[in-house]
Amino acid sequence: MLSRTAANLYWLSRYVERAECLARILDVSQRLASLPQAYGGATNEWESAVATAACANAFEDKYLEANEKNVIEFLGFAPDNPSSIVNCLEIARTSARAVRTALTVEMWDAINGAWHKLKEFDPDSMTREQFARFFGFVKEASLAFDGSAFRTMLRNDAYWFSRLGILVERADATARILDVKYHVLLPEKERVGGPLDYFQWASILRSVSALTSYHWVYRESVKPWLVADLLILNRQMPRSLASCYENISRYLDDLAQFYGRQGNSQRLARAMLTKLENSSMEGIFQSGLHEFITSFIAENNRIGNVVAEQYLA
Amino acid sequence: MTAAFDEMREAGSVRPAYATLANWLAHVPREVLDYRRREAEFIFRRIGITFAVYGDAAAQERLIPFDIIPRILTAAEWKRLAKGLEQRINALNAFLRDIYGPREILRAGIVPEDLIYRNPVFRPEMNGEPVPHGVYVAIAGIDVVRIDPDNFYVLEDNTRIPSGVSYMLENREIMLRLFPELFIDHPVAPVDNYTDDLLATLKSLAPNSAPGDPAVVLLTPGIHNSAYFEHSFLADKLGVELVEGRDLFVKGSVVFMRTTEGPKRVDVIYRRVDDDFIDPLFFRPDSVLGVPGLMAAYHAGHITLANAIGTGIADDKAVYSYMPAIVKFYLGEEPLLKNVPTWCCRDPDDLRYVMEHLDELVVKEVHGSGGYGMLIGPKSDKKTIAAFREKIRCNPANFIAQTTLALSTCPTFVDEGIAPRHVDLRPFVLAGRDRVRIVPGGLTRVALKEGSLVVNSSQGGGTKDTWVLDR
Repeated sequence: MLSRTAANLYWLSRYVERAECLARILDVSQRLASLPQAYGGATNEWESAVATAACANAFEDKYLEANEKNVIEFLGFAPDNPSSIVNCLEIARTSARAVRTALTVEMWDAINGAWHKLKEFDPDSMTREQFARFFGFVKEASLAFDGSAFRTMLRNDAYWFSRLGILVERADATARILDVKYHVLLPEKERVGGPLDYFQWASILRSVSALTSYHWVYRESVKPWLVADLLILNRQMPRSLASCYENISRYLDDLAQFYGRQGNSQRLARAMLTKLENSSMEGIFQSGLHEFITSFIAENNRIGNVVAEQYLA
Repeated sequence: MTAAFDEMREAGSVRPAYATLANWLAHVPREVLDYRRREAEFIFRRIGITFAVYGDAAAQERLIPFDIIPRILTAAEWKRLAKGLEQRINALNAFLRDIYGPREILRAGIVPEDLIYRNPVFRPEMNGEPVPHGVYVAIAGIDVVRIDPDNFYVLEDNTRIPSGVSYMLENREIMLRLFPELFIDHPVAPVDNYTDDLLATLKSLAPNSAPGDPAVVLLTPGIHNSAYFEHSFLADKLGVELVEGRDLFVKGSVVFMRTTEGPKRVDVIYRRVDDDFIDPLFFRPDSVLGVPGLMAAYHAGHITLANAIGTGIADDKAVYSYMPAIVKFYLGEEPLLKNVPTWCCRDPDDLRYVMEHLDELVVKEVHGSGGYGMLIGPKSDKKTIAAFREKIRCNPANFIAQTTLALSTCPTFVDEGIAPRHVDLRPFVLAGRDRVRIVPGGLTRVALKEGSLVVNSSQGGGTKDTWVLDR
């Protein structure tokens, strides 16, 4: 397969996944921000949304205040934010056009249809309810794209590159959501319980669509360390870091077998997976969650770079 | 101008090819046509068949209007046309072999030397450089028009990178979906084997040094090109890689593509990039669309380009006027397809005639395309004609003029209902090492505005499915 085709497939999936993550973050922020102070706490939801999307600097260059209007505009629609939802979908479609031949008709329909529908949303005249509908639309578009890839693509290198894009992006997003919320919620020492925290923790789960899963897995009220366990180590949870790396490693192995050659990306992914398998929540908390996640994000970036060097250049 | 020949109705009665369709049209309710037209548009948009109009930023991706009423040719009409097309492409290839080789036609004084040597689309880089199997034009889109039941006239030969074949294929797909009942009553020859024919043609032209199953790629300028949809569509149907210049590189006069498994050798390039942009080391140095070193590999005989470099000289509009003589010179046959009477303004006598008859003629730029920069005398006001006269006076060699033909009309579904509109036809002709292949059909373009003779999609023209009956 052409390296450029592989790169486009990888980034196409990555950008669709990124659009969905942003939609979830904004959706949950809106929900939290509408809670009375006593439940939502004094934290600024919109600030943490910007921090989670990892674009605080660009945001501060443009706006004075992180409020609902500014943040939704910037993360959702701003043409000058290369990772706004609208730009993500725009880039995804451009990549899709560039690799039309490697996509199934269903995948093309999903992304092209979403791109056409995007024009129906005009942020300047949208109400809260319409924003919520917009986020719903983005989530559905991502689901339709992912589902059509899953159901219609041949299981070959094209499929594996598109999966890798989703998984690397997803691991990054999960790690960031967890980091920002933890940072916001537990600035110094652990302080749990109380209605205030409940809504914050539930919101983390909601932003990765895992609230129901949580209840099924733990059969407990929402507790911080269990939330962290679910999102980091639980391999049943499709957005957990462990699950992402189990699959990244698997698809990289599929590629290596298909091409008959192992490389740096396979070695690095296996090392990451082993590290996650050998970790326990106690250990992670003891040495510091923030440190753990920061190093994870850096390693995850490295995987992206190594995959690019090995296959996409 | 006399009334145009209508392909469905002649002297008040329906021509036999259209009997069944005319009957159906007479009975089908307007709502059904409306509904199917909307459905067709919806399908086109979903599958992403759009084209970019140059200089029209707001309409970056526009649909070419599709007319749901098919155009019908009988088997006998097609047979006649196909024979003429085969003759034409053979003559074009013989001409190019000669022009870049011994140049007998120039020595015989049939085509004037300066028309070739001083022509910007003549490529001196190709002088004495053989191309694989002597085939320069592997793919031609020869535009033909009718003005009566018996004759086909060639309007343009399009021997560089003709486009539109994806519309021929998709139009048929859509018609099969929308009007299955019509196909039961009409024995329509299929066209979907075009891409098989194209692949066979391309593979047959691989250099002798290529392996038994040569690697074919389609080279596109990229997603911003107006025909990008077609490039990806064809690559998909051919089952070949759709590459951009940056995906290829040349090492030791051999062309490779960059793949996830490392470099892979390429033998045949179906290129949809103009000569000027194909190799920055040879032609435009600022081109980022091409492949540095490609021409070296080409001259070393390690790669086939389809079409070859330098084919533009064969579809130059001034050279066109010599086509009847070119056919006779190389094939020793009378041309089966007619040429539209053409005056070359580079010739002083022709120029004088053109200037005196501007209001009757169609005037075109020698290297223009897409219906841009042309004058249709009978449809233009005095001011436009005067302005054009000045343009010709400043640079006569840049223009040719042709008789204004009363292009034939076909029934077309427009806002006013079903009405006759002018059409042309672009069949796609493939020349391989072994033989010439032509699928029965082509792209019919229709001028949707009443009375208009301009069928170009960039000027508001539409397309139709073209049915060749198999009996």
